[in-house]
Amino acid sequence: MSWDDFALAFFSLDILRQACPILLSGLVQTLLLSAMVVPLGLFGGVLLALLATVRSPFVRWPLMAWVDVFRSLPPLVLLIFVYAGLPFAGLEVSAWGAVAIGFFLNTGAYYGEILRAGIESVPAGQVEAARSTGLSRGQAMAWVVLPQAVRNMLPDLISNTLEVVKLTSIASVVALPELLFQARQAQSVTFNATPIVAAAVAYFVLLWPVVRLLSRLENRQLAGRR
Amino acid sequence: MAAIVRAHGIHKHFGALHVLRGVDLEVAERELVFVIGPSGSGKSTLLRCLNRLEEPSGGRIEVDGIDMLDRRTDINRARQRIGMVFQSFNLYPHMTALGNVALALRQVLKLPRGEAEGRARAALERVGLADRAGHYPGQLSGGQQQRVAIARAVALEPRVMLFDEPTSALDPELVGGVLQAMRELRESGMTMVVVSHEMGFARAAADRVVFMDHGLVVEQGAPEAVFGAPREERTRAFIRQIDRH
Repeated sequence: MSWDDFALAFFSLDILRQACPILLSGLVQTLLLSAMVVPLGLFGGVLLALLATVRSPFVRWPLMAWVDVFRSLPPLVLLIFVYAGLPFAGLEVSAWGAVAIGFFLNTGAYYGEILRAGIESVPAGQVEAARSTGLSRGQAMAWVVLPQAVRNMLPDLISNTLEVVKLTSIASVVALPELLFQARQAQSVTFNATPIVAAAVAYFVLLWPVVRLLSRLENRQLAGRR
Repeated sequence: MAAIVRAHGIHKHFGALHVLRGVDLEVAERELVFVIGPSGSGKSTLLRCLNRLEEPSGGRIEVDGIDMLDRRTDINRARQRIGMVFQSFNLYPHMTALGNVALALRQVLKLPRGEAEGRARAALERVGLADRAGHYPGQLSGGQQQRVAIARAVALEPRVMLFDEPTSALDPELVGGVLQAMRELRESGMTMVVVSHEMGFARAAADRVVFMDHGLVVEQGAPEAVFGAPREERTRAFIRQIDRH
């Protein structure tokens, strides 16, 4: 393969021009998708982490089973099951609905474990101080524990969020027209890999600043521990 | 004088451990009671039972006329009347000194922001830290942190203050500032229960010294009496040990 052939197959400006509108619409869908699943996962995670502070075995055991199941299942399998499996139980879900449910279950379980570790990293004396001034259990959690838990776990939370945004590409299997889905469409129409390369570049440009931020935070935490 | 704190027959078990074995403690209004004793004697646990940070296994506790162990008592309201200062300060590291003091004023007393911060500032002023209001705990010395913690408790205008070894975690040169803040609080008429090894402070400021050992009150009385002429052998042994340091 000559260099020109190679360039034509992967970096064709002409193809890029043609595919640009469809790729942009895909990028918008990916951003919308991320804007839906990240808050949804965080919400699920806070819920699970708060439940984890309940000591009763009637909460503890089902919770552990829930988290284990949804951390063990591959997200792709989970998504296909929700989209293609639930209709057999009479539950029709749209592609967006399936992605929402699948990510809530999977991502929520991961965020939940991170936040639980964060909550446990806050010394008991913090809650005691808050309760001794008359704050209720919930107020102490909201004002004293959770802010510190989130701060202590910030690198892990950002890292997980990176994974979640990348994971939105699996929505292509339920034909949700996000970035990867559109790139594949463009590739199959043009018989050219340029749209895929363009999608990869778009993901990189989108996420690289977050990766840099994460590195800085991690280095700062390491320095703080010294 | 009317008793503000009435604790009777307090028992506390931690699993198989019987930490408090029927302790009685009454504290009169404006009284400063000093609780001393070897580590493991149950003095901190007793203090923590008074505001129910620790759930007593048995007994009765009344603070300012409120039955602390009654299920119907609103414990969060009751705790507003009982300030507590901890050995390790327990300031909220993500809030400034002002934020630390204002949190309960805003969330518990539901004061508007301006009023809460005004009261918080006044409380910081009382402990001599008005100029540190915007500092985070990490930017303050241990002694300053403990004074902020005192301000945090005092800002709620409690009827009684509990001090759980307030100077034990401090470098010696920082103890003075904290004791000074406590002395001023005392002079303002605050009722105080202090668990501490600061014998000098006890001699100078306490109305009564309570000596505890093995989960029981062994002996109590005026500081001159307990320190100068202890009746019980265990008290004598403990005071000899303390004085050696």
